[in-house]
Amino acid sequence: MDLRYTPEENKFRDEVRAFFRTAQPAHIRRKMELGQRLAKDDIVTWQRILNAKGWAVPSWPVEWGGTGWGPVKTYIFKEEMQLAPAPDPLSFNVSMVGPVLIAFGTEAQKRHFLPPVANLDYWFCQGFSEPGAGSDLASLRTSARLEGNEYVVNGQKIWTSRAHHADWMFCLVRTGTDAKLQRGISYLLIDTKTPGLTIRPIPTIDGEHHFNEVFFDNVRVPAENLVGEENKGWGYAKYLLGHERVGIARVGASKYRLQRAKALAADVMVGDIPLAQTERFCEKVAAIEVELKALEITQMRVVANAVNLPPGAPDPTSSILKLKGTELQQATTEILMEVAGANAMIRQQEHLWGTATEPSIGPEWTTTTAADYFYTRAASIYGGSNEIQKNVIAKRILGL
Amino acid sequence: MDFDFSDEQRMLKDSVEQLITDRYDFEQRKKYMKEEAGYSRVQWAQYAEMGLLGLPFEERYGGVGGGPVETMIVMEAFGRGLVLEPYLATVVLGGGLVNLGGDDAQRAAILPKIADGSLLLAFAHSEAQSRYDLADIATTARRDADGWILDGEKNFVAHGNCADKLLVSARISGDRNSRDGIGLFLVDAKTKGVSRKNYETQDGLRAAQIRLSGVKVSSNDTIGDPGKALPLIERVAGNALAAVAAEAVGAMAAAHDITMEYLRTRKQFGVAIGSFQVLQHRAVDILVNLEQARSMALYATMMVNDPDPAERSKAISAATVQIRRSGKFIGQQVVQLHGGIGMTLEYKIGHYFKRLTAMESLLGDTDHHLAALARAGGLIAANA
Repeated sequence: MDLRYTPEENKFRDEVRAFFRTAQPAHIRRKMELGQRLAKDDIVTWQRILNAKGWAVPSWPVEWGGTGWGPVKTYIFKEEMQLAPAPDPLSFNVSMVGPVLIAFGTEAQKRHFLPPVANLDYWFCQGFSEPGAGSDLASLRTSARLEGNEYVVNGQKIWTSRAHHADWMFCLVRTGTDAKLQRGISYLLIDTKTPGLTIRPIPTIDGEHHFNEVFFDNVRVPAENLVGEENKGWGYAKYLLGHERVGIARVGASKYRLQRAKALAADVMVGDIPLAQTERFCEKVAAIEVELKALEITQMRVVANAVNLPPGAPDPTSSILKLKGTELQQATTEILMEVAGANAMIRQQEHLWGTATEPSIGPEWTTTTAADYFYTRAASIYGGSNEIQKNVIAKRILGL
Repeated sequence: MDFDFSDEQRMLKDSVEQLITDRYDFEQRKKYMKEEAGYSRVQWAQYAEMGLLGLPFEERYGGVGGGPVETMIVMEAFGRGLVLEPYLATVVLGGGLVNLGGDDAQRAAILPKIADGSLLLAFAHSEAQSRYDLADIATTARRDADGWILDGEKNFVAHGNCADKLLVSARISGDRNSRDGIGLFLVDAKTKGVSRKNYETQDGLRAAQIRLSGVKVSSNDTIGDPGKALPLIERVAGNALAAVAAEAVGAMAAAHDITMEYLRTRKQFGVAIGSFQVLQHRAVDILVNLEQARSMALYATMMVNDPDPAERSKAISAATVQIRRSGKFIGQQVVQLHGGIGMTLEYKIGHYFKRLTAMESLLGDTDHHLAALARAGGLIAANA
């Protein structure tokens, strides 16, 4: 039993660390360090750099661009990326539509979509939630009626992340009338430029535009854009819940925020002592570090155990990763708010975007803190809300 | 990175768990508690036979040459069984101090007798004023012709009631809180001047307050360099914290299992109470606390022999914080989820709560360890 990495794994970690240090364009790195928002261009540029290195889709099968690393190296790669800090590749492409196509798509679909998905030539968004179907996703009502060789789609999706950047959507639609709602859902790929598809922004409490409503008014989708079998779509969406969930804890990202908080608190004076040296601050941060270390080890246990499970089988312990991981993401954004103090509440949106032409009021780093804190409240809501996670854990692991 | 046990470790785990299953159910435990020393002498002999008592010692001293992982395996099983025997006091603390601090003659004289079950030890260290500061020692050691004379009072001596020999810390020089000047002495419990006030602890174990009045100790019975015992004490305390972390995880895991079964089977309003969402969510909170504690017990075990004392100390303090917090939450909640019967002495679940509570004040509480961790800079370095 050994916590330490093997020499080979250490060498890999050093290689990955060096890559993130040198390959990330300076302007993207600066934005990441300051917590500034990335433009569409930044995300695309970075993913293409990763893809050129062969590292954009490490968990895919090697034939489609995967690296064949195995769970430990994949884990090291993700942690180092968050610690660099470097942007994540687009999860909708890499962790959602990609794996579903690989598992359930036709050869033609794989050949058509997978390379541009890996290279972010196609930007995918997720059409799942609806105004009436959030936690109760199975009750979704957006319908797809087969007419000849086309599906005609009508309905509405909501909370569609970055639909305004997207070329494509993977969409759960109702195609069947089974009394058991899950059995009437299909997984359809929809070109966002199709006539009848309208996107409307939903501004959020961080003052930003991440989410959208998407309206479908007789949108015609080629039948060959159906993934897998009709009425089996729910299973394909659920397949992702057992797939690649380790990254959802974002331990590296929380660790990075704590590193930052401690460094920044050294420059905040409370009377004549730096905040970083006050007992209260030190103990508060130490308490979060304890939970984060525990989560890191729990995550390592899940990774180490992955080789013992049948491929694709979910490890029950990984449910804890989403629950605890999102709590700690929120706790670390809270600590940064405390360090920033009243400065955080000055609204300076151009600084958030890195487009400001005047110096900030207050330290530059404080211009992004509130947006992070406000936005991160969503972490316990998306991906299956934390309350739903508890329902699922209670049922599937505890048998209650 | 590897969390698997070796084949031998797996065998050790299976055999200790089997022993607890066969010989340590709740009724059997009640009987053992009524024995004179407060634990089962037959069980103790059984542990000796299984090599558990010599687990951390080298083979030439009658041991098995096991490491921290082996101790963790045994302690977790003991935690599940709410075991009463003086394993921590004799093997981990007393045995640990002699093993790491004694010279060859002392090890050869003491360790084989621990391993064969014939010698019991206890560590007499805490004092009324010391709270959790390991360096706060007022008991004195004065030099005399043949060795030393000890005077003072020791509190909270775990299994001090049945110990044949005591490891006693006493101050040779310096102020009450000085890190330098502390000695460690091996004292036969029957020595003139040693008086014990034995008591039961809230969780069913035994302990003692021990007074030392002019207790003579030979020079041969000082452990290590007189006056320089604190690093040894801190090292062994760290090992003990890792061991207790594993015991706590065992107790938490067993309490969790019993409680989940209760939620699935207890019916009210015509349904299993485990179908109520509030209780489901509470059950998940227990599970999350348990897994986090398990992870940190593993972390403590793996850091116990880290070559850097500062890293070791931080890791063990961090683990202790998680274990204690999880332990308190789980202890309280398993009683809550059982309703009225959780409050009874005759049902097992309350005893897990009491054992976890007892662990909270052992070798430093949560606040003590959190403060120590914070003062040492925490686990994560600042990074601009």
